[in-house]
Amino acid sequence: MLDFIQQLVGGVALGCVYGLIALGFVLIYKATEVINFAQGDLMMLGGFFAYTFVAQLGFSYWVGFALAIAAMAAFGAAVERIVVRPILGYPQFSIVMATIGLGLVLRSVAGMIWGTDDLRIDTPFSAGVLRVGALVLAYDKLSVIVATMLLCLVLWLYFNRTRMGVAMQATSQNMLGAYYMGIPVKRVFSLIWAISAAVAGFAGVLLAPIAFIHTNVGFLGLKAFPAAVLGGFGSIPGALVGGVVIGVIETLSGFYLPQGFKDVAAYVVLLAVLMVKPSGLFGLELRKKV
Amino acid sequence: MSCLRVDGITLRFGGLVAVDRVSFAVERGEVFTMIGPNGAGKTSIFNIISRLYRPSAGRFYFDDRDITDVPPHRVAELGIARTFQNIELFENATVLDNLLVGRHRHRSTRVWEDILFLPKVRRAEYAHRHRVEEVIDFLELQRYRDQLIAGLPYGVRKVCELARALCTEPKLLLLDEPSSGLNVEETEDMAFWINDIKKELGITVLMVEHDMTLVSRVSDRVLALNYGRVLALGTPAEVQRHPDVVAAYLGA
Amino acid sequence: MRILFKTDYDQDIRLFKHSGYWWSYGALLLVAVLAPLALGSYLQSQLVFVFIYAIVGVGLMILTGFTGQASLGHAAFLAIGAYTAAYLQKLGVPFVVYMPLAALVAGGVGALVGFPALRLTGIYLVIATIAFGFIVEEVAARWESVTNGNEGMRVKAVDLLGWTLARDGYGFYYLSLAVLILVLLAALNILRSPTGRAFVAIRDSETAAKSMGVNLAVYKVMAFSISAGITGLAGCLYAHKLSFISPEMFTLLLSLEFIIVIIIGGVLGLHGAVLGAIFIVMVDPFLTFLKDDLPRSFAGLAGSLGFSESSARALQDTMERIGGAPGLKSAIYGVIIILFIIYEPYGLYGRWLKLKLYFDRFPVYKKATFKRQKTYVKSERNR
Repeated sequence: MLDFIQQLVGGVALGCVYGLIALGFVLIYKATEVINFAQGDLMMLGGFFAYTFVAQLGFSYWVGFALAIAAMAAFGAAVERIVVRPILGYPQFSIVMATIGLGLVLRSVAGMIWGTDDLRIDTPFSAGVLRVGALVLAYDKLSVIVATMLLCLVLWLYFNRTRMGVAMQATSQNMLGAYYMGIPVKRVFSLIWAISAAVAGFAGVLLAPIAFIHTNVGFLGLKAFPAAVLGGFGSIPGALVGGVVIGVIETLSGFYLPQGFKDVAAYVVLLAVLMVKPSGLFGLELRKKV
Repeated sequence: MSCLRVDGITLRFGGLVAVDRVSFAVERGEVFTMIGPNGAGKTSIFNIISRLYRPSAGRFYFDDRDITDVPPHRVAELGIARTFQNIELFENATVLDNLLVGRHRHRSTRVWEDILFLPKVRRAEYAHRHRVEEVIDFLELQRYRDQLIAGLPYGVRKVCELARALCTEPKLLLLDEPSSGLNVEETEDMAFWINDIKKELGITVLMVEHDMTLVSRVSDRVLALNYGRVLALGTPAEVQRHPDVVAAYLGA
Repeated sequence: MRILFKTDYDQDIRLFKHSGYWWSYGALLLVAVLAPLALGSYLQSQLVFVFIYAIVGVGLMILTGFTGQASLGHAAFLAIGAYTAAYLQKLGVPFVVYMPLAALVAGGVGALVGFPALRLTGIYLVIATIAFGFIVEEVAARWESVTNGNEGMRVKAVDLLGWTLARDGYGFYYLSLAVLILVLLAALNILRSPTGRAFVAIRDSETAAKSMGVNLAVYKVMAFSISAGITGLAGCLYAHKLSFISPEMFTLLLSLEFIIVIIIGGVLGLHGAVLGAIFIVMVDPFLTFLKDDLPRSFAGLAGSLGFSESSARALQDTMERIGGAPGLKSAIYGVIIILFIIYEPYGLYGRWLKLKLYFDRFPVYKKATFKRQKTYVKSERNR
C-alpha cells in the first residue's frame, strides 16, 4: 500500500510535467489551432537555458529560473515570427509538419551547443524529503506538483477572465472575424507562442532535478500528446488532468506490469481515448453546419 | 403514390426545437417549395432527408419506402440528390471531375478492376462521360469544363452544384436556395432550368427559396414554415395570401 | 504552346495526353535502364534506395495526398512488409509467393488501422498514426518467436525462380525498377478511375462526397489498405537490400523521411514521389560531403586567399566538428521541412509545373499566378 502511494505521488509529479507540456499544446491550439510538435523540445531548451544561467553563468537558482523563463518567452516569440507567421493560411498539416521540423532542428542544435551528456543544476529542492508517517516524499516531486497547479490556475484565469484571453479564443475560432473585430491577430500569435514557450521552459526547469537536462528530454513531449488528447485539446484544466492521468498510468504500469509495457501504456491509452471519445474528457464536440 | 412523404418529423438540438412535427407529401413530378424566415428549419429538414442529421422523432418515406434509418451514402443510390446552401464543391478539381464524382452511384466496376484498368472500366468511363456531357449541354457549362473550381465565380459554382446533383440521375432533387447570390439574369436562367428539369427530365423538385418571384413562377405547391412548424400549405397564390404567413414572413 | 483539340473521350482518359510524353518518358525509362551500366556500384545502390523510397512515396501519396488522411506511421507498414518477407523466407517460402504476401499482410493491417481511423480527422489521425508506429516498433522488439526481437533477422538474397539476385547486382536493380513502374501504373490507374475520384472527393469535402453516394467508411479503409500494401511491397525490397532488419530501423524518423519525400516532391502529382525520393536519398552522400570534402576545400580556399595556416586549420576543424555532429541529419531534415513548407508549398514537382507554365505562357505569364491570397487560417475543426 505504501509502495502504491509512493508510486502514485511519483506518477502525479511526472504527470504534472506531462500536463505542463500538454498545457503548452493546448495554449497554442486554443489561440491558433496549430498543434506545436516542438513543445517537448522547447521544454528541453528551457532546461538548457537554466543550466547556462545557473551553472555556467553563476546566477542563483531563482534568478536563473526567472531569466530562463524570460529567455524562453523571447525565443518563442522569435520562432513565431520566423517560422510560423510566413505559413499562416496554409493547411493545418503543413503547419504541423513545420513544427516537427522545428523540433528536429532545436534538438540537434542544442546537442551541438551543449553536448550530449547529462547536465545537472542544483536546486533548493534537490535534497530533502517530506515525511508523512511512513511515507517518504521527495521535495522535488512535490514542488513540481504545487508549481504546476499554481500555473494552471493563473493561466485558466487569464484565458477566461481577461480581455486578451478571450480575444485569443476568438482568434482560433474565426481568424478572419477576429481581424475584423480589431483584435491584433499577429500580436496575439506572438504573445501566445511566448507564453507557451515560457510554460515549456517552466516545465523544463522543474523537470531538471528529476530527469536531468539532456537532449532526449524532448521525447517526453511525444508522451504529452496522449495527455492533451485525453484532456481535450481546447481545455486548460483538461491538459493538467490528462497529464496527471497519463503520468499515473505510466508509473503504475512500470511498477506492476512486465517490462516494456511502461513505454507503450501511454499510447494504448491514447488510442483507446481516440476510439471512444476523440474530443477528450473536457473537449468540445463540433460539427459543420451545411 | 407520393414521391416523398414526411410524417411528424421533429429535430431537437438540446433544448432547441429546430423542426416541430412537420408533415407533408411531395407528389411525383411537381415542384414543391419550402419558404419561411431564417431558422425556420428548412435546411434542417433537407439535412434530415439526406440523412446528415437524425430526426428526434418521426419518419419519412421515399416511394412509400421507409428511409429514416438508411446510411447517408445510400440516399444517393435511392435516387435523392441535393445541392448545398454554402457550396460544397471539390475545390481542387476541375468542373468535369466534380461532375464525374456525381456519377459515383452508377459505378459498375470494382476496385481491383480499376487498378488494372480493364477494358470494361474504359467502357464504363465512356458511358459516364457521355452522360456528364449531356448535363453540361443542358446547363451550358461547356466553357468551364476543364477549369478548376477554385477560380470560378459564384454564379457558375451554383450551376456546377446543380449539375453535379443532376449527374446522379435522381428521382428527387433537393435544391437549397438555388437563387441565393445570383443576379437577376442568373435567377431567370435558374427558373428556366428548374422548369426544364421538371418537364423534360421528369424529376421531382423539393426546393427551399426566399425569392418570391422565383417561387411563384416555378412552384406547384408551397409550404410555409416558421419556428419549425408548418404555417400553411397550398398553391403559391394561396400561401402568399395566408394571414399567418404574411404576419411571420412576407409582411403586408 | 501546344493546343490540344479534343475529339475523343480517350484523350482525357489515357495516361499520355499527347505524343510528346511518349518521347520524354521513353527517354527517362531508357536512362533508368542503362544507368547501372554507366554508373559505379555506389550510385547504382543509391538508385535502388531511390526506387524503394519512391514506392513508399507513391503509397503515402495515395493516402495523404489524394485522400487527405495524414499518416506519420508508414515506417510501421514498411516494417510489417519487411518482417513478413524475412519470416516467410526463413520458413522456405519462395520469393514469388512471399513478396505479394508481404504486400497483402501489410494491406490487411492497413485495413485494420483504417477502421478505427474513420473516427479521427486531421491532427488526431496524425497522433494516432504516430502511436501506431511506436506500438509496431515495440511489437517487433517483443515478438521474439517471429521477429527475433532486438537481435534482428538476416535476410538472404532474392531467389527468383532459380536465379539469385544479389542485393548489389543488376538483377535486383531491374527488379526494383520494375516494381516501381508497376506501382506507378497502378496508382495512375486508380487516379483516373471512379475509385480515385472518390478518394479526392473525400479529401476535399466529406459531406458532399457522402451526398454523392461515396461510402466514406469503405473508401477510407480502402485507401489505408492500398497505401499500406504498397508500402509493404517496398518493405520486402528494403529487407533484401539491407540484408538485415531489426526493430530500431523502423522509427518515427523513418516515417518522417517518407513524409519529407511527399513534402519535397509535392502533392500535385505522382512525379513528386520520385523527385522527393531522389532528394532524400541524396541527403546521406551530402552529409559525407559536408563532413569530409567541404572542410578540406574551404580550408584550401582560405589558404589560397591568404589566411594563415593555423586559421585555415581552425576553420577546417570547426567545419568538421559541425559536419560530424551526431544530430546533424535530423537538423538538416528539420531545415528542409521548414524551408520547403515556407518557400515551396507545392514541392519540386510543383516548381516544375510552374516552370512549364512559364514557358508555355511566355511572355504573358503573370508572376502572381500562384501567390497565396489567404493569410488567415480557416478553422479546420468544422470540416
